[in-house]
Amino acid sequence: MSEFEPKVVAFFCNWCTYGAADLAGVSRLEYPPNFRVVRLPCTGRLNPKFILEAFKRGADGVWISGCHPGDCHYIAGNYHARRKFILLHALLETIGVDPNRLRFSWISSAEANKFQAMAKDVVESVRACGPNLTFRKDDLQLGLAEVA
Amino acid sequence: MGNLETITQKIRDKAKNLLSSGQAEVVIGYRQGTIPLVAAPFFARKAEDCDKLVWSSFARLNLANYLPSRKGKVALVAKGCDARSAVGQVTENQFPRENLYILGVPCSGLVDPALVAAKEPRPIREAKETDDAITISGQDFSLDIKKEEVLRRNCRTCSHRTPTLSDELTGPEVPSLQPDDFSDIKDLLAKTPAERLVYFKDLIKDCLRCYACRNACPLCYCPICFVDETRPQWLGKSNDPMDTLTFHLLRGLHCAGRCTACGACETACPVNIKVREFNRVLDRSVQENWSYEPGLAWEQKPPLTVYQPNDPAEFIK
Repeated sequence: MSEFEPKVVAFFCNWCTYGAADLAGVSRLEYPPNFRVVRLPCTGRLNPKFILEAFKRGADGVWISGCHPGDCHYIAGNYHARRKFILLHALLETIGVDPNRLRFSWISSAEANKFQAMAKDVVESVRACGPNLTFRKDDLQLGLAEVA
Repeated sequence: MGNLETITQKIRDKAKNLLSSGQAEVVIGYRQGTIPLVAAPFFARKAEDCDKLVWSSFARLNLANYLPSRKGKVALVAKGCDARSAVGQVTENQFPRENLYILGVPCSGLVDPALVAAKEPRPIREAKETDDAITISGQDFSLDIKKEEVLRRNCRTCSHRTPTLSDELTGPEVPSLQPDDFSDIKDLLAKTPAERLVYFKDLIKDCLRCYACRNACPLCYCPICFVDETRPQWLGKSNDPMDTLTFHLLRGLHCAGRCTACGACETACPVNIKVREFNRVLDRSVQENWSYEPGLAWEQKPPLTVYQPNDPAEFIK
């Protein structure tokens, strides 16, 4: 059995973190390849069910990243998202999901270095948690297991 | 005459009055249930129906659930939590204020049949009540139980026993309880994360996903619920434990900041799951973060529909 490689589902805002990932790539900054990106128009688009779906289908971690407060392309999308995250974070932590599996961050499209550091940090903290065996479906039908 | 009879009489008189004056086309209240310890919802449309209306400590369902998408003028018999739900329906534009008449009932707590069954497992054929005790009887037995020993859990932490907003109260205000300190989930929060995950998975292991909790809830009025969506399908149709957990987590999140702790979900549950445990956890976060209580004002906005530029969220890096 090879060494455990975490699978992280990342939800990035099109206007900032997605751009930061692009800039990091163009700038040839190296970061781990363990996450699969879902591009969102705004973190306000993020429904909590996306996160649960990712875990349910076998993701070891979920990373959500959007624009800094005040910088939303749609004026207030990330403010609304932040309120949702506060409750979601509290709920998942309370029911016993390791908080290290779930990461929220604000990264603007100019912060390629922050993106690189955060990507490494997310993957390493999920790696330290080990495979997600308790908060997923036992029987993965069309999950990441096949796609990876 | 005890307080309960006075309230019942007042409800009947007022209901007749509202129907005959045209202030309401229907009075939604409770009637005596067909089985003991249960009061059933009842729609009085004519003056002669009104004598079937009752008030009892078994009126556990939340009648505000009947408001969304209802046409015409409605008078609603509502205890503290139900009245707040009805106010919530109005603030969320599910029912027009001018069509609503809230007949508020000051409530000193409702009886949990599961706690009664724990005291007396034999089948109960009849239940009678006075202001502070119930008398249950069956074949060869009869037992008096103090109400305060068998109150529902949400009634023991109730923050607004007298309806805060109503068009008329049917009885004298009842004294408020101590402010809710969430001490009932303190033991749970002291557990380790792994123990808590086991606890919550165990809590819902009997869930049939019948969605009775959703149907009984006055907050759940979406035309298509996420559990019924098929493209994409968020929840499988089988009783996979992870799908069930997802259902309860999302149901809790949808009710966060809107739940008035009426306990209708737990009343409706056929397998007695404490589904409000998820809501309790979220209510605590809502109170801690935004000190918000739903249903206290007609113009109130639920906390997830508004924001502050400086909402504290240190966990976001």
